[in-house]
Amino acid sequence: MSALAAPPPAPPSAPLRDAVESSGSWRITDRIGLAICWFLGLLFCAIAASIVIFMLIEGIKYVRPSLLVTHPAAGFGESDSGGFLDTLIGTVVVALIGVAIALPLGVATAVWLSEYGRPYALARVAEPAIEMIAGTPSIVLALFGSLIFSSPALGFLSRTSGGVVFGRSFFAAGAMLSLIALPLIVGSTREGLQSIPAHVREASYAVGKTKAATIRRILLPTARPQVLTGTMLGVGRIIGDTSIIVILLGATLTLNGVGGVPLLSVLRGTGSTLTSYVYQNSPSGEGNQPTKAYAAAFVLLLIVLVLNGAVEVVTRRARRRTGWSS
Amino acid sequence: MEFVTPPRVRRLSLDDEATVVLDDVAIDPAREEPGSGFVSAPRRKVAQASGAIDRMAVEQLTIAYSGRPAVRSVSLPIRQGEVLALIGPSGCGKTTLLRSLNRLTELNRATSTQGRVTLDGVDIARLEPTSLRRRVTMVFQQPNPFPMSVFDNVAYVLREQGKRRPKRKVVQRAVYDALGRAGLLDEVRGNLDHPALRLSGGQQQRLCIARALAAQPEVLLLDEPCSALDPRSTEVIEELIVKLREEVAIVIVTHNLQQAYRIADHVAFMYLGDLVEYGSGSSLFRAPREQRTKDYVSGAFG
Repeated sequence: MSALAAPPPAPPSAPLRDAVESSGSWRITDRIGLAICWFLGLLFCAIAASIVIFMLIEGIKYVRPSLLVTHPAAGFGESDSGGFLDTLIGTVVVALIGVAIALPLGVATAVWLSEYGRPYALARVAEPAIEMIAGTPSIVLALFGSLIFSSPALGFLSRTSGGVVFGRSFFAAGAMLSLIALPLIVGSTREGLQSIPAHVREASYAVGKTKAATIRRILLPTARPQVLTGTMLGVGRIIGDTSIIVILLGATLTLNGVGGVPLLSVLRGTGSTLTSYVYQNSPSGEGNQPTKAYAAAFVLLLIVLVLNGAVEVVTRRARRRTGWSS
Repeated sequence: MEFVTPPRVRRLSLDDEATVVLDDVAIDPAREEPGSGFVSAPRRKVAQASGAIDRMAVEQLTIAYSGRPAVRSVSLPIRQGEVLALIGPSGCGKTTLLRSLNRLTELNRATSTQGRVTLDGVDIARLEPTSLRRRVTMVFQQPNPFPMSVFDNVAYVLREQGKRRPKRKVVQRAVYDALGRAGLLDEVRGNLDHPALRLSGGQQQRLCIARALAAQPEVLLLDEPCSALDPRSTEVIEELIVKLREEVAIVIVTHNLQQAYRIADHVAFMYLGDLVEYGSGSSLFRAPREQRTKDYVSGAFG
């Protein structure tokens, strides 16, 4: 009995070994695979770094603080074509409109898909439909949008002249751009909701709470980091889109308001964003002021980098908050 | 108490000598004192609970998931002043039975029910689910505090549905009371505003108990509340359960026979959906009437 109960004798004390395995002992094919992995990893780092560094160097050469606060103007030289204040405002406005539409719709859709999923048949159809929207090229969305917003019924959203609806305005572009952000918000929110274990929902039901109260007080606050992540990724996609801007916002040099109401006139009017500004000032665009294009691209890249950094911070913080075991 | 003969144990010696076969380690039933093993371990009860009152009654209850019965015509009384333990191997329907007591089983649409459960004489199927679940609250296997502060976890229960009112000052007394009943108040008094998920596992589970008590329930359901906890936290929670049984009827599902023996006044043994045996804790463990119960509590299967 006692021999059975006693633990095996302790081995003579040896120095602690690190749990590092040397690839030197691997098969040659495995070692080649490892080398390819290293190569690809370094390659992608190099590509990302060269984009950022190149744009930084080119951008810093041409970017001036004054560019950010002066209106663009039609001109042939660098000195008389002005800055890109209007396009900066345009970028912010389309992002705001897009998020204002996509965030409530996206979160509501995700809650419905994840928490209710009924009627079942509709939910089964809605999922691939959202994925289809996500997969639609934005130029197709833009054409579709111009069809919708040129209809007389929606004439109040854009410029109308002699019964012809132009169908180009911040409203039109923002609405179509929200479709680009929507799938990202739905997907991310849904993922957040589904990562909450079932017993947490039941714990709320088990103290007499309704489904609505549980969603509002427990589930959505828990999924907030994922909602934020989806939103910021969506904003990144919105401000990076060009085709919808060119077709539905007009890509005019300055903000051209319609009507006399202060804010509404801007929203009903045309304008441009940093992306369309870069396009038009690139060597293939009408403006052809490459230095302005570099400066605007630099600002655009900075905004996107800041957004990506914010996503990283939010996801890290969410991961650090200890969760439940399922 | 009879154990089946365990297999002979062989141990390979480390320095490669001949394999040594150790002595037969079977326990000789003749030499065993009566009531050996955990049955001789101390029980947690200070005194037999005085005057148990019938609160709930399960009557010929059958619950099926998509036509396959998980619980088959079970009848049981649930009394205040008593701890009722449901024991049995995995998949025997004890958790389903427990969840049916506050109609959590209805969340699964494939569930069908026959028979009835009454609370103070009223069929629970005729009560509104949210008000029933405030009278019959539940604590789960995994500690699952909500991702908010310790205070708000308890206050959430006291507030009406999704509202933020009543404000903190109004509910403070009830929150302190619930935390005190769960034996957690002294440990968290200084950090009521800290996130609940930063508490230790045992504290989280007691917070869940405080949450369940905040609704002033008449029956408290516990689904293996200690299975994710260390022995010391388990001990604290077991003592708490035994103390609470004076004020609320307690039903606990457990895989841990020793735990059932330590804390339960009545034990129900379930096997494959059937209620095999129901009896007082000591009689079911010391003198089981059914062969299946005897085999299970002696460790022959499960």
